[in-house]
Amino acid sequence: MISTDPQLIKNIVSNGERLDGRGMYDYRKITIEKGAVATADGSARVKLGNTEVICGVKFSVGEPFSDTPDEGVLMVAAEFVPLASPEFESGPPGEEAVEASRVVDRAIRESKVIDFKKLCITPGEKVWMVFVDIDVLDNDGNLIDAASLAAIAALFDAKLPGLKEDGKIDYDNKSDQGLQINGIPLSTTFAKVGDSIIADPDLSEAEAVDARLTVGTFDKDGDVLLCSMQKGGSVGLTVEELEKIIDLAISKGKELRKMVANA
Amino acid sequence: MNIVEFKRIDGRKHDEFRPIEARVGVLQKADGSAYFRLGNTVAIAGVYGPRKVHPRHEEQLDRAILRTRYNMAPFATTERGRPGYSRRSIEISMVTRQAINPVIFLEEFPKTAIDVHIEVLQADASTRCVGINAACLALADAGIPMRDLVASCSAGKVNGNIILDIAGKEDTEGEVDLPVAYYPKKKHVTLLQMDGIVTREEAKEIVKLAVGGTKKIYEAQKSALRKKYEIEGEKNDIY
Repeated sequence: MISTDPQLIKNIVSNGERLDGRGMYDYRKITIEKGAVATADGSARVKLGNTEVICGVKFSVGEPFSDTPDEGVLMVAAEFVPLASPEFESGPPGEEAVEASRVVDRAIRESKVIDFKKLCITPGEKVWMVFVDIDVLDNDGNLIDAASLAAIAALFDAKLPGLKEDGKIDYDNKSDQGLQINGIPLSTTFAKVGDSIIADPDLSEAEAVDARLTVGTFDKDGDVLLCSMQKGGSVGLTVEELEKIIDLAISKGKELRKMVANA
Repeated sequence: MNIVEFKRIDGRKHDEFRPIEARVGVLQKADGSAYFRLGNTVAIAGVYGPRKVHPRHEEQLDRAILRTRYNMAPFATTERGRPGYSRRSIEISMVTRQAINPVIFLEEFPKTAIDVHIEVLQADASTRCVGINAACLALADAGIPMRDLVASCSAGKVNGNIILDIAGKEDTEGEVDLPVAYYPKKKHVTLLQMDGIVTREEAKEIVKLAVGGTKKIYEAQKSALRKKYEIEGEKNDIY
């Protein structure tokens, strides 16, 4: 694989420019295609520049957790399959895939936009389990944001399956009942390269990135709130840099939410 | 900041820690080790290395690799936890490594591995913070050259109040938890996570409270290290 010299990237970024001509806080072009997988109960394919991920939502009926007997269960998993990059290896999810799925999960869960009590079938016995599986098809960097867009778009696309009289899922009949989702939680990722902050780092920039901060935001009654944060990378951020990124995440979140709403 | 003082569930002030206890050199086999306690959260860290890298392909020609493993004992929680790796422990091991990485002179030990093992023995919130605090002490105890210590603690929001070092019921019933790790000499936040709903202003306030809190942790770490090398009858206050 041809890689770009990290020092070159650092030099370009320090001049307030980016290799692909984007502005410092610009995202790459985003396309969201809902209903991309016929077999899933909800799905979305997202392109973020040349990064491409696909997300499928499947429902099943299962037992609730003992501490939340009247709530449905959400599970987010991500696979960084070797198809998507020469760097990815087969086998169980590595730490980056685990982190990505947990960060995406956290933003959706903590925002409380989904009322899991509505996904209870029989308290203490049967609830809807919502499986959100993210497959990376092409890795050109910033998989967390791409996965986050795909996951929430797929959840909006999802329709609950019908239930047979014996309580089992009727795979032949989908209901037209979607999930009730009150807001759009999204992850937005910013990176520190030298002394500069950039949005949506792509793969050519990844090697030059010192630190990363992913901020989960969502909209509630016209306000924008934060619901999750995750720092990455092996260099620290100053408090001032953190505050700057929080502000940027709030304004970028607004832009990205419009795309999900219109998808 | 205009804070009306209120009583927390366990009677602490909004910016008050639980009792802190730090000890260095608590294990015999590890090259360095430490014990760190924050109230009812207890972790022991052990360091092995720099040593040969297994598997060999992980070896780096120009520096040591840092490996961290965060593990929670099955008896550390109210309900028994499943032993072994979980997705949670994989993530925490990763952010722990990233939190500590900046302060270690890895370039001094090419082609070796430095292994940091963290065992959480009692969990009452902030386990990753306590693990990081123990880990840094264990690394120093192992004689690994370091630029500084990393100090870690958490802050959050409970019943609308912004407070330091969430514990017990505050953890299960609170709205927000935000752990940080701080590299004081460089003024860098090397770990930051958050879950829960906050406004932009609250987020910034919680970050500041947590970062401010690491100062006390840092002092506790330094005094634990100093204590180990104390000569009886002499006051060791060169730092």
